[in-house]
Amino acid sequence: MQVWTDVILITVVLTNLALTGLSSLGTCIRVMALQGVLLGLITIGVQREQLSLHVLVLVAGTVAIKGFVFPRLLKRAIREAAIRQEVEPFVGFASSLLIGSLALPFAIWLTGRLPHLDAGVSPLLVPTAFHAILIGLLLIVSRRKAVTQVLGYLALENGIFVFGVGLARQATFLVEMGILLDVFVAVFVMGIAIFHISREFDHIDTDQLSQLKE
Amino acid sequence: MRFIGLCQPVLALMLAPLLRGVINKVKALFAGRCGPSVFQPYRDLAKLLGKGAVYSGTTTLVFRLAPLVGLSAVVVALALLPIGSVQAMLAFPGDIILFAYVLGLMRFFTVLGALDTGSSFEGMGASREVQFSALVEPVLMLSMATLARHSGSISFSGIYSSITFGVWMQAGPTLAMVSAALLVVCLAENSRIPVDDPNTHLELTMIHEVMVLDYSGPDLAFILYAAALKLWVFGALLVGLCMPLRTGWAMMDIAAFLVGMLLLAIVIGVIESMMARLRLLRVPQMLVGAGAIAIIALVLVLR
Repeated sequence: MQVWTDVILITVVLTNLALTGLSSLGTCIRVMALQGVLLGLITIGVQREQLSLHVLVLVAGTVAIKGFVFPRLLKRAIREAAIRQEVEPFVGFASSLLIGSLALPFAIWLTGRLPHLDAGVSPLLVPTAFHAILIGLLLIVSRRKAVTQVLGYLALENGIFVFGVGLARQATFLVEMGILLDVFVAVFVMGIAIFHISREFDHIDTDQLSQLKE
Repeated sequence: MRFIGLCQPVLALMLAPLLRGVINKVKALFAGRCGPSVFQPYRDLAKLLGKGAVYSGTTTLVFRLAPLVGLSAVVVALALLPIGSVQAMLAFPGDIILFAYVLGLMRFFTVLGALDTGSSFEGMGASREVQFSALVEPVLMLSMATLARHSGSISFSGIYSSITFGVWMQAGPTLAMVSAALLVVCLAENSRIPVDDPNTHLELTMIHEVMVLDYSGPDLAFILYAAALKLWVFGALLVGLCMPLRTGWAMMDIAAFLVGMLLLAIVIGVIESMMARLRLLRVPQMLVGAGAIAIIALVLVLR
């Protein structure tokens, strides 16, 4: 069982790296959807006892929202705002990839510095969570488009999700459902916001938005 | 020096051109053609060896030396490679480094030979070759470092004899990542399709082929043969890792290895049939991606 949990966690790390290195927006969204499904599998993987109804609802909710609803929303936002299918980073793809892969040793070092974070599930769980959070931050600060910033925000949230699922197995249901709902609303609002911004200003380049004057 | 270790170089010297033939056959079948026989590369070599060589007046000794150095370098690299648990002809701690530098020497002389002609096309090809290999070499070294750390040995024979089904069950994700990185190294070093198209003869898009445009006759035969052997060398690195069949019987190991090489040739043929060549700007991105995967594998092993 632990081997499979490890395989899933490493796949999550690789999907995060793919997000930093891929240049096509559509592919990035598909990778994000894959990551959502993987998070559902992790939720099953960390359970020691019998699968309860709570867990199954959480898994179904995670997979449905992160694996299917978010990608749809983002794709629709792209289509309606007629955004070009390219990522346009501030930090180049190669450097992003290098920073992304060096973030993993940093995450492992960070986990070692923090006391009592051994979730007893897999020694990779907490580093994966930190890695996802770091990648999320990287994507938010280093990408030009609002849609990619939403992707970064989702990666960040996925990191927090992994962290929560592994550590707080008792309270997990309420907390996770709350987070899922928040993120859902956030992505929904951002999708609409991107649409409206693009209708007002002809583009969603956040770098130029900061220089607007009334 | 061990007698059984001669298997790898002898098999490679006999069968390496066949690998190219199989790749071309698979590509032809995918395209719905009948394709040339799998033995066509041998006939090409025989034809070229029977011809005379033409040398441009601007070239010097370096140009004539390059094919010889390339061929001998790749034969030295072959002597370092084991087959499964069958030890290599030459095995000593640190032969990984020698391996990388021997292949580096081969590339260095190919590049010098290309620059020696004074042709601007060949200079461009040389520049690309050097740029990409600067990105590929770290990936190779990181992958080998991962395997060395995992097996606790810094010689090819030690590393490859330690890889078994049990190790795959235990450290599958790491080994799978190393295999993926090595596949990219194999395709990039041999100028196969996502990086370079071996069939194209438009100088502007070529990398490796453009560097050998001025060679003819036996020199070109040497270069083609060395390229086939290089494909065999990198294929052997990958197959040794992905076919973890270690029976202890030399014959069984060698048979499994040959089947693995055949499968690899088919896989490369399928990749070449299904993918288009990447834009030149995208190639470094893919190579750095392979490097990132190798870094992750190394970090997981060091953890």
